[in-house]
Amino acid sequence: MLEPNVIKDEELEILLNDVFSVYGYDFTQYSKASLKRRVNRICVIDKFTSFAELRYHLLHHPEYLQRFVEEITVNVTEMFRDPGFFKALRDKVLPQLGTYPFIRIWLAGCSTGEEAYSMAILLREANLYNRSLIYATDLNPGVLEKAAKGIFPIAQMKLYSENYMLSGGLQDFSSYYMANYDVAKFDTKLSERIIFATHNLVSDSSFNEFQLVVCRNVLIYFDKELQNQVFTLFDESLDSLGFLALGAKETIRFSNLENRYKQLDTEKIWRKNM
Amino acid sequence: MASDRKSDSKVELLLMGGSAGSLKVLLSLLPTLRQDLAFPVVIILHRKADPDSMLDVLLRNHTKLPVLEAEDKMTLQKGTIYLAPPDYHLLFESNKLVSLDYSEKLNYSRPSIDVSFQSAALACRDKLVAILLSGANADGVEGLKCVKSADGLVFVQDPDTAEVAYMPRQAIVHVKVDAVFKPEHFPGLINNL
Repeated sequence: MLEPNVIKDEELEILLNDVFSVYGYDFTQYSKASLKRRVNRICVIDKFTSFAELRYHLLHHPEYLQRFVEEITVNVTEMFRDPGFFKALRDKVLPQLGTYPFIRIWLAGCSTGEEAYSMAILLREANLYNRSLIYATDLNPGVLEKAAKGIFPIAQMKLYSENYMLSGGLQDFSSYYMANYDVAKFDTKLSERIIFATHNLVSDSSFNEFQLVVCRNVLIYFDKELQNQVFTLFDESLDSLGFLALGAKETIRFSNLENRYKQLDTEKIWRKNM
Repeated sequence: MASDRKSDSKVELLLMGGSAGSLKVLLSLLPTLRQDLAFPVVIILHRKADPDSMLDVLLRNHTKLPVLEAEDKMTLQKGTIYLAPPDYHLLFESNKLVSLDYSEKLNYSRPSIDVSFQSAALACRDKLVAILLSGANADGVEGLKCVKSADGLVFVQDPDTAEVAYMPRQAIVHVKVDAVFKPEHFPGLINNL
């Protein structure tokens, strides 16, 4: 059901400025078209009949902030989404990473963790997991709690299993989880070397050096200026010869990184120059 | 053609949405578009989430206008046809930029026609023209209502000429459409906007 539009452009600006000045979350450089939809959606789900009501509730109930942030950001994800991308990671990137004694990977905007577990499976199958560390970050503490549990709906497993096989997986995908009623609980060994932590791409700085940074379908929610700012953050966080992986429709073309990175064939993976 | 729009209004964007049975009619309509169209055309079709889809190539073979798959934060140019990429919603910013969005499917669809129509209506108001073609679900009908309430123009393919009539029929029942057109009348409708 399409949510009716209840918020005007000026009102959205007011709301974002409130959230920034009162709570310190800066969404002012997020793409407005998407934010508008998310605000309309939250008004329907949480039964606010007007912008004024939403604004009042948000400003006077600090405990509502976490839900607000979680709902106005998009947390749709799946395991092994775009299997061709994961195949390219397996075939082209992991063999390179394997030449390092210790592998650090940053999954920026990991949401509920499906991609982190996919990455752990890839590393395990390449026999690299025991010397890898995956930093999976998101600005929403709530989704990170879910991610750390490694419990996903069983109804998704058919799709994930197909994706996994298309990505070049040769194991029985169901060997990675225990089915229990309507959920699948992933092997805790898979999360042993994942660090789930909050990090806001807008306001937080680089916190380590990585050989691979994966940030897929996050930048589409930012305006161009913020996209460039985040590209700089990734650049500062990547070793030379490190890899940067983006979503199927994202690119570093036209960005400040363009000249210092080389794309791997047609994949959305770029390698930093020496 | 029934239209109550002001004579000074200029079309900034033409959207075409369709589902089952719409590709065939689209391929018959595209060659009839004039080459010096004064606005961009954006096509939202229900399609499989297949990254290797050749739909843009297929469309390109049926028009002399340039055909591009829309990319995130791309600026829309007049006389160019854009195709919504598979598995993303296509949204419109105020300054002729498009944004991609990977939020929940709507009407079991991503891209959803409703989502794009609503977003474009908010961005372009009465400078928007939206067309709904053949299809088997009601995606697009709510979006057309948004276009209408922003004083945009709404055209719907004549259900009798549609391979699957459900979608245009729903639109005619629920929305005050400006014109119901047969494919042969499409060039007259669009090329004079």
